[in-house]
This record gives sequence, C-alpha cells and structure tokens, in this order.
Amino acid sequence: MKEKKLINKIRDNFFPVAGLLATIISLGILFVLIIDVLKDGYMRLNLQFLTNYPSRIPEKAGILSAWVGTLWIMVLTALFIFPVGVASGIYLEEYAKPGKMKDFLEINISNLAGVPSIIYGLLGLQIFVYFFKLDRSVLAGALTLSLVVLPIVIVATRESLKAVPLSLREASFALGANKLQTILFQVLPSAFSGILSGVILSMSRAIGETAPLITIGALTYIAFLPAGPFTTEFPFITLQGLKDYFTVLPIQVFNWVSRPQKGFHSDAAAGIIILLIISLFINFMAIYLRIKFEKYMRRK
Amino acid sequence: MSKILKLFLMISVALNFFVNSFAGSVIKIDGSSTVYPITEAIAEEFQAMYKDIKVVVGISGTGGGFKKFVTNQTDISDASRPIKSSEQKKARMNGIDFIELPVAYDGLTVVVNKNNKFIDHLTVAELKKLWEPAAQGNITKWNQVREGFPAEKIVLYGPGTDSGTFDYFTEAICGGSGKSRGDYTPSEDDNVLVQGVAGDKNALGYFGLAYYEENKDKLNAVKIDGGNGPVEPTYDNVQDGSYQPLSRPIFIYVNRNAADKDYINKFVEFYLKKAKDVAKEVGYIALPDKAYEFALKKFRERKTGTVFKGAKIGVSVEELLSK
Repeated sequence: MKEKKLINKIRDNFFPVAGLLATIISLGILFVLIIDVLKDGYMRLNLQFLTNYPSRIPEKAGILSAWVGTLWIMVLTALFIFPVGVASGIYLEEYAKPGKMKDFLEINISNLAGVPSIIYGLLGLQIFVYFFKLDRSVLAGALTLSLVVLPIVIVATRESLKAVPLSLREASFALGANKLQTILFQVLPSAFSGILSGVILSMSRAIGETAPLITIGALTYIAFLPAGPFTTEFPFITLQGLKDYFTVLPIQVFNWVSRPQKGFHSDAAAGIIILLIISLFINFMAIYLRIKFEKYMRRK
Repeated sequence: MSKILKLFLMISVALNFFVNSFAGSVIKIDGSSTVYPITEAIAEEFQAMYKDIKVVVGISGTGGGFKKFVTNQTDISDASRPIKSSEQKKARMNGIDFIELPVAYDGLTVVVNKNNKFIDHLTVAELKKLWEPAAQGNITKWNQVREGFPAEKIVLYGPGTDSGTFDYFTEAICGGSGKSRGDYTPSEDDNVLVQGVAGDKNALGYFGLAYYEENKDKLNAVKIDGGNGPVEPTYDNVQDGSYQPLSRPIFIYVNRNAADKDYINKFVEFYLKKAKDVAKEVGYIALPDKAYEFALKKFRERKTGTVFKGAKIGVSVEELLSK
C-alpha cells in the first residue's frame, strides 16, 4: 500500500520535473549563447560602432547603415502588416461564410505561414523588384518581409477574436448595435491586446530575416542612409527614403561572420548584441502595450 | 479646414513619392563574396575621396552577380571565376559588352589538422584520387591515397557546389568544373570548414589562403606538387606563379557602356591602382605590378571580351592580358 503511494507520488512529480528540465535546457542554451556573444563582442560596443559605416578595418567598422536600414524596414513592415493582417483576420473570423471558399482561404493561409522565407524572397524579387520596378529599395524590402510575416498576423488576429466571449457580442446586439459597430467597439478592443502581441512578435521574426532580403538583392556594403522622412522644404516630409538602397543588421552580421579575420568576428558579435537589444526592446514593448491596454479596457 | 489640410498633405506626399529627385551618381556592384572584401575596401577609400559618388556592393555570389550584370542591373560584377558561355550569351542577347579585369590572386589552400604528422605534401594526382567522383565510397582510408599513410578514416571538408572556389578546385584537380565526390562535409562558410578540420585529426579540407593565414595555430597547409616539386602556399609563391595549379585570379567585370560614364571610369581606374595595396590588407595576394599595368591599359583601350574563360591553368595573368 505504502509502496503504491510512493510510486504514484513519483509519477505525479515526474511531469513537472521533466517540464522544468526542458525549460532549463532551452534557457541554458540561450544563456550560453548570450554569454558567448557578449564575450566576443563587448569590446566593440561603443558609440563609434553605431555611427560608423562598414570598413575593411575591423576596428573602424560600424553598423550605421545596417541599423538605420533595419529601423526603416521594421517601421514600414509594421505599417503594412497591421491594417492588412488585422482586416483579413476580421474578415475570416467575423464575415466569411462557412463553405468551400473559407476552407480554401484558411488552408492557404496556414500553409503560407510554413513556407520558407526564401520563397517569399523570390516572389518579392519577381513582383516588387521587377514587375513594379521598385528596384532593391527599402520599399521592396519592407513589402517582401510583410509577405513573410502576414500569415502570422492573420492567425494571431483570428485567435484573439475567437477568444472574445459570445456574451459580449450578444450584449452589444441586445443594445441595438449592428454587426460593424459590435466588431469595432466591442470585439476588436477586447481582442486588441492579443492582436498587438501577434503583430509585435511577428516583427521580431521579421527583424532576423536575412534570406528573403538577400534574394531581392539587398546590399551589403552601403555607406549612405536612406533619405530621412523630414525635409526643410514644403511639405516638410518626404518619402524619398523608400526608394533608396539599404542593408539590414542580419546581412551585415552574416557578412562579418564569414570573413577570415578575427576582428570581424568581434564586429559580428557586437552586431548580434545590438540586434538582440532591438529585438528585446520590441518584445518589451509588446508586453508593456498589452498591460497598458488591458488596464485601459478594465477601467472602461 | 483641418481635413482639407490633411488631404493636401497626403496628395503632396504622394506626389513627392512619385517624383524621383535623386541626383547623385550611384555605382552598382554585385557578385562574388570572395571578391567582396577587396571591392568593399576600394569603395570605402573611393568614397572618402569622392564624396558625391555613392558605391553600393552586394554579395549575390558570382553566378547571382552575373545574372544581374547581364540584364543591365549592375555596372560592375565581382567574380571569383571567369564568365561562363551561357552568361556570355545572355549578355550578348541584351546588348551588353564587358571588360574583364583581374584584380588579385587567391591561393586555394589544402589544409589538415595541426596534429596530422603524415601529410606534408600531396601531388595533384593524389589530390585527384582523393577528390574525383570515382573516389566516392571507395577511397575511405588514408593508406589508399599513398602507401605509407596510416589506415585511418578519411574525413573531408570543402565548399558547397555553388561556390566559385569549388568550381576552380574541381577544374584544376579533377579536370572538370563541378567534378567532385559528394561524400564530404560542405559548407558555404569557410570558418565552418576551419572548425571542422581543426577538430578532427584525420580531416582534410580546402579554402582560400586568407582563412589559413588567420588560423595557422590550428591548421597545417599541405604543400602541393604540381609537377615541379612540393610548393608551400605562401604570398610570394602564389604571386610569382610557382604555387600551381591552385592559384587563381579573381576578377571584376565592367559594363562597357557604363565604363564611359565619368564616375565609373574614375572608380575602375582607382580600383586598378589601389588593388595592389588593398588586396594584401584584406588577405589576398596582389598580382605582379606588370599585370595591373596591363589591366589598366586594357581598360583604357576598352578591350571587351574574355581571355580567361577556358584558359589553361598555370598560364600567368600577364601572359593572358598581353594577348
């Protein structure tokens, strides 16, 4: 009797312990990776590294064009995927009638989420670079990356909309609201924090993508920045930068890692640290905005 | 009122977007990642001198670079091998003529582990025996390569099949571009090959000289006997042509029409004058002075076409350029 109890207890505890072990292993790997990168790259981390263009001399090389390019691409990608992704999510979840058409769309979107990103690069090359003649511009890069992460945003939007309780919609209808009003003023705000997390997490995937950008012909050496969005002349704002050439951090890191000289490996490590910081910042933003929004919703 | 203002702002922004006001000159370069460090260094120097000319360099690989070059998307193509007939045909179809200019040497280096005591040199015939397609699955022990070597398992590392290094090595050793056994560990990243050979006592691999120079503490370079006794891969041996057949020239291809533009003309002349110093700095071997003179003369005369395609391995760059 006592023995059986003991066996049961062990069995009971086995799963949490295994789970803990799995967590520790994955965190441990991440930890080792970060330590390794920090060890290699910390001495290269200074202001100069952020304000210099790439150079053949590892100590003088910097990531100015790379991080500015990454910033441009990220902001534009967010601008593209947010309206398109959320709108298609709302359509599929709220409007699309069950049937062959909806099944077809659903299967395709889930499949798209699993397509290797280099395929999107080839697509972007044909459509944006050649067909729309956008050249290897910031705009072409951002549109290509938008394609890569759009399925993720759509799926996240749908999941968050699904989680909104039916009672909320019914209450809204009972008060005389029509469908659009219900979606816009009740469902969407309740689902918004989830949608936001989806968008921002997809951004942190986009930030590390290299293959599709290399495929569309993003450059490696570039010693100037896309034109800034603000000018001194009327109308004080310009989109000229969209058409400029660009490079991004992962491409710069990729190039440095494959160089023979050790100095470039330190540069690469420092580049990775900056990329990690940006990516952590984006994740932090996601959490912050979600908490903020949830608080706001509760007060309402 | 504010709505009208907003609308006006939006329209002007849209107009701004469609009116291309970009005035500066941009030199577009793409191609081999092997040639990239030299081109990057030249571009860096050039832009320090000519502030109003912008140079951009991509790394699509030699083949990817040519694909863009022959459709007039780039002005200059970096190449770690001569242009192929198929690429030449496409260029002709699109009305593109090119000037072929060698800019430096790369010495392909065969390396073994630091603790490998039995390999000091290999002949071309032995390398062929080791790497040819027929070796796959058959040549697996070192004593099959040369009598007297231990009966240890052979472990091979080499570049992937897309690389210009692979093309050149297979051509020079196995007598045909792409002819190679497939049962080796390939990687596009030469640093991975370094790690592989450094970690296995019985391993052998090959890659550019710069990667050996940076990792001398972990690797030994194998002397190569191309018929005139074993020669070590060193800067001088590659430059004077005695390290054969694994020294290869690397190139830039300049679009003939683009060369007439003042800023591209300036850039190419600058390239050929500076390449000697820069090549050494980034880990490659400068051509002999004569070769740069010939190349500059060739560029000034705007001599188009290729003399390196199908050239016999071992013929010097000067000889080919003076034709």
